[in-house]
Amino acid sequence: MEPPMTSHNGGVAELKFRDPARARSLADALTRVVGDIDRSPVSIMHVCGSHEQAIARFGLRATLPRSLNVIMGPGCPVCITDVPEVDEGVVLARQGVRIATYGDMLKVPGTSLSLADAQAEGAKIDVVYSVAHAIELAKQIDEPLVFFATGFETTAVATAAAILRNPPPNFYVLSAHKYIPPVMEIVAEMPDTRVEGFLAAGHAATITGWGVFEPFVARHRLPVVVAGFEPLDILAGLVRLAELIRDGRPAVENMFPRCVTKDGNLRAQEQLWRVFRPIGGRWRGIAHVPNGNLRLRDEFSHLDARKRFDIDLHTLWDFAPAALAQECICGDIMAGIKSPHDCALFGKACVPHSPVGACMVSSEGTCKIWYQYGGHPDLGSVGRTLSGPSEGISDRGYCAR
Amino acid sequence: MCLGVPGKVVSVDGSIAVVDFWGVRKQICLDVVDQPVAPGDYILNHVGYAIRRIPAEEIGATLALYEELLRHPPEEDDLMAADVRSEIDGAADDQP
Repeated sequence: MEPPMTSHNGGVAELKFRDPARARSLADALTRVVGDIDRSPVSIMHVCGSHEQAIARFGLRATLPRSLNVIMGPGCPVCITDVPEVDEGVVLARQGVRIATYGDMLKVPGTSLSLADAQAEGAKIDVVYSVAHAIELAKQIDEPLVFFATGFETTAVATAAAILRNPPPNFYVLSAHKYIPPVMEIVAEMPDTRVEGFLAAGHAATITGWGVFEPFVARHRLPVVVAGFEPLDILAGLVRLAELIRDGRPAVENMFPRCVTKDGNLRAQEQLWRVFRPIGGRWRGIAHVPNGNLRLRDEFSHLDARKRFDIDLHTLWDFAPAALAQECICGDIMAGIKSPHDCALFGKACVPHSPVGACMVSSEGTCKIWYQYGGHPDLGSVGRTLSGPSEGISDRGYCAR
Repeated sequence: MCLGVPGKVVSVDGSIAVVDFWGVRKQICLDVVDQPVAPGDYILNHVGYAIRRIPAEEIGATLALYEELLRHPPEEDDLMAADVRSEIDGAADDQP
């Protein structure tokens, strides 16, 4: 049974579009085009937590034709950080190594423990907003500091830029960075997903450019539309994508030209690929993704926490995994096969202040977004895990001049 | 979070810009932005790094979303607005 849906803004009726006439005309166009497709449902996947936030917050699903299914795929960088990657951070922290990471990572479950659990045991874990803050922290302490680096290419370019600025010798990186384009290939091939087109995230494409999707479109014969984050941007993107599906025309279209070019940000890409190399690896709940993980190149192995420290994951074997975790369907949700409402734990045993799965931890996770903008209203609001930089870190030298 | 937040460049000193986000001034690193940045330009900030200079003629459309999100007083259960606020708050303060 579906929990009653509530919308933060009272639903689409109160939605403040910049241009209500244009919003109405886009919604009408979408209904018309999806109707022309004469198949139900038509499934479109987006791969961005910010898209899902905007869709949920502005009540966009209420304007969509019933036969259009807009699914969030593996677009939450915190959520797809795999269990063994979290375990590596937990083991390091429990070995006494100081860890700095983004706030959303703290409660993400590993095999048996999260970083927050390790912190409760006394491990030294600092929440930072930026890799630059982690470097500032390292400069102020004598002991080694490991930056547990998570996020997609938009965040990985910051890590790369910081590494190229000669960080202090006690600064190390445990990279769990992920690269989005390869995972679209995996999701497109999943037998249960049946995605007919992808809405690509505007800001990741700001880095990669829209040209990066051309080989994917050629291989899978599925259209890709790059879209921005404003409700009108998303509606316009969906209309274009539906037209390409209706016309059987696999192509890449850029509906976010104010931020995205064909080649993308070449300066950022140059730094990204100088520091990182793509390797295959698992994404939580999804699959092994060839070239989906970003690891430090050998040239930077002196900064690589995996080379500097002996990370013995066997030390976690004495801890039993949480029983509830067996019931978590985050993997199927991130693959677009199931929705949070298909999960017996959603909004009951799994809530933001006590998450069972990664999708309920992050502000970009499907479950947390649905819970906050469309879950049980009587469960009340809960605090976020993101926080600012640790106290005492100077903002001086934030980025070397 | 991948949304980022736009701000207006106040001054530039080497690879650092002082950027105004709705009255709050922060230091933003220019190491990865691929176009020259000057006072008066708008940039898109993500975790303290400018990833894009936003064309001046497009800035109205870009700011609209953020102004809608920041129009309401902070609420913890408005994830998207909270993410935007933490993206602004998290960046390094400009020196007094």
